[in-house]
Amino acid sequence: MAEIRVRGVRLVLEPCGAVWWPERRALLVADLHFEKGSAYARRGALLPPWDTAATLARLEAAVERRAPKLVVSLGDAFHDRHGPASLMDGARTRLAALARGRDWLWLSGNHDPLPPRDLGGEAAAALELDGLHLRHAPGPDVAGEIAGHLHPKARLATSRVRVVRPCFAGDGNRLLLPAFGSFTGGLNALHPAIAGLFPAGFDAWLLGERRVFRVPHARLRPEQALYHTLHEELEHGSE
Amino acid sequence: MLPVTLPAPFEAWFAQRGWRLRGHQARMLELAQEGRDALLVAPTGGGKTLAGFLPSLVALAGGERRGLHTLYVSPLKALTVDVGRNLEAPIAEMGLPVRWAARTGDTPQNRRARQRKDPPGILLTTPESLALLLSYEDAATFFGGLEAVILDELHALAESKRGVLLSLALARLRTLAPKARFTGLSATVAEPERLRRWLSPAPERVAVVEGDPGAKPEVGILVPRGYMPWAGHIALYAARDVYGLIRAHRTTLVFVNTRAQAELVFGALWRENREDLAIALHHGSLAPEQRRKVEAAMARGGLRAVVCTSSLDLGIDWGDVDLVVQVGAPKGVSRLLQRIGRANHRLDEPSRAMLIPANRFEVLECMAALEAMEAGTLDAVPPPPGGLDVLAQHITGIACSGPFDADTLYEEVRRAAPYADLAREAFDATLNFVATGGYALQVYERYRRLVQDEDGRWRLTDKKLARQYRMNVGTIVEAPVMRVRLGLRGRRLGEVEEYFVSMLQPGDTFLFAGRLLRFQGIRDNEVIVKTAHGTLDPKVPAYAGGRLPLSSHLAQRVRGMLGSHGNWQRLPAQVREWLEHQEKRSSLPSPDELLVETFARGGRHFLVAYCFAGRNAHQTLGMLLTRRMERAGLRPQGFVASDYNIAVWGLEPAGDVASLFALDMLGDDLEEWMAESSMLKRTFRNGAVVAGLIERRHPGQRKTGRQVTFSADLVYDVLRKYEPDHVLLQAARAEAAYGLTDIRRLADLLAEVQGRIRHVRLSRISPFAVSIIAGIGKEQVGGGDVDRDLEEAVAELVAEAMDETVAA
Repeated sequence: MAEIRVRGVRLVLEPCGAVWWPERRALLVADLHFEKGSAYARRGALLPPWDTAATLARLEAAVERRAPKLVVSLGDAFHDRHGPASLMDGARTRLAALARGRDWLWLSGNHDPLPPRDLGGEAAAALELDGLHLRHAPGPDVAGEIAGHLHPKARLATSRVRVVRPCFAGDGNRLLLPAFGSFTGGLNALHPAIAGLFPAGFDAWLLGERRVFRVPHARLRPEQALYHTLHEELEHGSE
Repeated sequence: MLPVTLPAPFEAWFAQRGWRLRGHQARMLELAQEGRDALLVAPTGGGKTLAGFLPSLVALAGGERRGLHTLYVSPLKALTVDVGRNLEAPIAEMGLPVRWAARTGDTPQNRRARQRKDPPGILLTTPESLALLLSYEDAATFFGGLEAVILDELHALAESKRGVLLSLALARLRTLAPKARFTGLSATVAEPERLRRWLSPAPERVAVVEGDPGAKPEVGILVPRGYMPWAGHIALYAARDVYGLIRAHRTTLVFVNTRAQAELVFGALWRENREDLAIALHHGSLAPEQRRKVEAAMARGGLRAVVCTSSLDLGIDWGDVDLVVQVGAPKGVSRLLQRIGRANHRLDEPSRAMLIPANRFEVLECMAALEAMEAGTLDAVPPPPGGLDVLAQHITGIACSGPFDADTLYEEVRRAAPYADLAREAFDATLNFVATGGYALQVYERYRRLVQDEDGRWRLTDKKLARQYRMNVGTIVEAPVMRVRLGLRGRRLGEVEEYFVSMLQPGDTFLFAGRLLRFQGIRDNEVIVKTAHGTLDPKVPAYAGGRLPLSSHLAQRVRGMLGSHGNWQRLPAQVREWLEHQEKRSSLPSPDELLVETFARGGRHFLVAYCFAGRNAHQTLGMLLTRRMERAGLRPQGFVASDYNIAVWGLEPAGDVASLFALDMLGDDLEEWMAESSMLKRTFRNGAVVAGLIERRHPGQRKTGRQVTFSADLVYDVLRKYEPDHVLLQAARAEAAYGLTDIRRLADLLAEVQGRIRHVRLSRISPFAVSIIAGIGKEQVGGGDVDRDLEEAVAELVAEAMDETVAA
């Protein structure tokens, strides 16, 4: 866990990829991409149907640990517009149980522009809270923002160790969350689409098993080869 | 039995060349007339290919036959081209009415279509292209009249995963073409019986034909005049001697063991090359144009030497090589023989070869190889098991060709040797995987790929699945590579692994395609470089799986040699003295005990064990030992493994060595380690691609290899947690267990030496230990603990940053 400040607001970065906002008792997660497995199955690639269950289990654990008053999903909660309909009954019930007794906000993303229906919670395009703008894709104005969409991950290489992990990326003004979903890939944090959001540089917090590790961007390694394809997939979705 | 006579035109053609029908060629004709399967075993250069084709050429000489008559399958695309060229001569010179064609991944689409519409008499192809042909709806017609199947380099095919796919295709062919006879062409192998079964479900009906043994090769070991290195594998010290050999011969093939070594040796030879001799480089990552150019120049006799890797081990027939040089230890006897056979492709003259050991241990290995050759013993490679991932791919292919009955297909599949013992449950689980993904949770009913029609036969639900299958056929899942281009619009030099590229910063230099290159950047997924100059310290791209493991046969011989002083007289003086020093200062491992040395050095406590079980097994042993030492409070810091021994070091001295090597290490610890290790993940990744769960290519969309890698790992994590008995996890475990045959070797060894572990406490490093301790720092220690890796990476980066601050 690491405590940081965005526009003066105290936030805790958790190794599961969620953000804990103590003053608001709010838990923020981004890019759950529920039902990515069935989205692939529709195209003939029969990936395991367990991704939603796996993502849910991690989300449940995070919610149980913090008992938040408010949960915000920062968009792309479902991999595509068929997602909510593909949800199995068990998952539906579990989601409903999670949302019960607390405020739950679904922000819309590029994969799921429509708010999920009949799953409980409210839907919105964005949320402003204590001067912070919560939304799916980072916008051009940087007056305190928390966003997802880009799935940042970071690569480290030393003489002995090579690690690639999902990460948070932030500069005190803006914070990007890693994708929370079990079947989500990532985009190297040095890619212009991410690094370009932080003209004065940024820090990455890499997700470990039990804690997060802060690394200044200058120490990260690029992954030059993948810029095109992965970025395109993120922009255009996989359909 | 009729005496075999050649038809007149053949008689004349043989005579014209000054040839006579050899015994094994006559026998092959005879067997063909009887319609029998045959396994021709002969050394390279024995006229094997001609012997294989002769019956077909004779049968086709009469003309008036339509449709495919003979199918030839080889492991290399290049070999089909070469064989075609060699077929062309008799066909043209005798004016035979025979059409032949090659069909590989390189064959243009329109030509493939033409071949299917109007099949040639002889079709030359690869296992993957054969699988494709079998997946078309007209496969039964196309192959129905087939009379002969020729499998070249069968020994190489049968011990690979590609061979497993091929074995299924052959089982299919036996159904589609009941008349066909099957012929295997093989180098001499340790266990011909196994190849007989591989070739036919009725091995007793496969006649084994021995080719002429040929003249015994003349092989020497080059011991340098100067100082013999203690460590290292590249043998650059011998560049001058190798150059001397090249000068003294007409054409020399210089074999090395890895592509990186090829680059380095090539560079070293050119530094010696004062006379500007034509010395070329050939390895699997160079651009095809460049390789073809080298091959053509070689065929013309325009080269004095080629530095090459296993890319030239097989087949291709170049007349004039009069010397083979093996730089670095041979690692296996069978491969060495194959390589040596590349020299003097004429049977009656001996092949000449020179072995160049890179260090003192390698001298022993080279000696052991010579002894094995004298004794005529070969390496026995255990065949890969029939994987369920390959079976899944095959079932999909069969479904593409039309509806099938599960019972019939099950019987057919079991005719393939690797699947002889396939349980029906495993088959059904695999079929279910192909149809629905095989998950306990039945949620993909509407996305099924196969359904059963009223009469119970299985059929594809959607034609576009056939297209997907055809884009993804094959069992070779390569590490993602990137093309290297010399300048933005320059020519391409070849491919390096993406992993290597990700370690480069613009301005870094590296050695590739025989040049010193400077990395400029990535453009359109290509690595753009320019030529660099000077004597910098360039990186050299390494390739996954590039290292050849030491065969257990050779390892055993090395162990034996250490034990018997009598043979030492044959060793060079320096090496003999090295052994004597080892005996005096420490001990020599005798064949029935395990020598373990411990000593302190630079504040660390080292343990070196001489298991001779091969590098792969030692890697695993290293993981297991460090795990154990951790528990014993010895605070292990790392380990390094070679083919001969393993060194582990920690902060506390190891007292009770015997208990560290107790047998149960390979029980629970191994299981636990396998479950956590990246090896299983890697195996799963390949299996998921082979089985078609994850596509390499999707119609209308290009995926880079890395993306495949990434999502496969996610799938693995989820499956392990939610469906640990999924058929693909089963397949991965089975394959990993096969990959662990080295471990079994180790298990055997540990069992053998229980109670006979000779622990020698030393006050300083022993002569034997030098080679491995010198390797420390060059090897990577892979960890399984993400947090520990991250912590270490961050700590090192922080230290680096602090240093910079101080310096600035």
